[in-house]
Amino acid sequence: MTKKLAIIATKGTLDWAYPPYILASTAAALGYDVQVFFTFYGLQLVRKDLSALKVSPLGNPGMPMKMPFGPKGFRDINWNIPNFIQANVPGFESLATALMKQTIANNGVASIGELRELCQEADVKFIACQMTVELFGFSHSDFIDGLEYGGAATFFEFAGESDICLYV
Amino acid sequence: MADFDQELDASGLNCPLPILRAKKTLGGMESGQVLRIVATDPGSVKDFEAFCNQTGNTLLDSGEEGGKFVFRIQKS
Repeated sequence: MTKKLAIIATKGTLDWAYPPYILASTAAALGYDVQVFFTFYGLQLVRKDLSALKVSPLGNPGMPMKMPFGPKGFRDINWNIPNFIQANVPGFESLATALMKQTIANNGVASIGELRELCQEADVKFIACQMTVELFGFSHSDFIDGLEYGGAATFFEFAGESDICLYV
Repeated sequence: MADFDQELDASGLNCPLPILRAKKTLGGMESGQVLRIVATDPGSVKDFEAFCNQTGNTLLDSGEEGGKFVFRIQKS
């Protein structure tokens, strides 16, 4: 009997985009039947345009702030930038996001677009929450092809029979 | 004669890419054929073992060669 993995993806940032896509693609490679339900900010993960995915170091004390270039000694420095500076410097999030994307590429970690494609190739089923699509003023043309639209009942139809169910 | 039928170079790739590429490559192979994988991700050592345990493919051997991790997997 094929194992089933159900994931609810609720976060719309670059860092939190990884867990659902990594777990979904890996489970599919292991032979699982996988469905991901995208709701609230998680809808950002299934938009055609992924440029809204950013990482915010503000109020995130667990995030190391390191430079992805330069000699090793320089790269190892953890830049402890106080919250009030992060909050007041325009473009701080964009800068942090650009640095994070460079770090991701340097480490041979896949991009979100790449992982998403791998999921689709492996027949991972994507469902977008129709209620939040409307709530946030999106239209279906904002999202990638191959997406289905449904509500909580649609999710439970699959999740109720899943072996693993994760809320991310 | 080489002791494998196909080779996959997953050097420089990080989790979960080596596993995903291996799965894809195995998909195009015949049952009984052997895939040799070269990887640099230290996490892949445990991951390929887990991959084989769960997919029924056989991990023939796993070791290190010139600072890289090398695996041979026989397709079930």
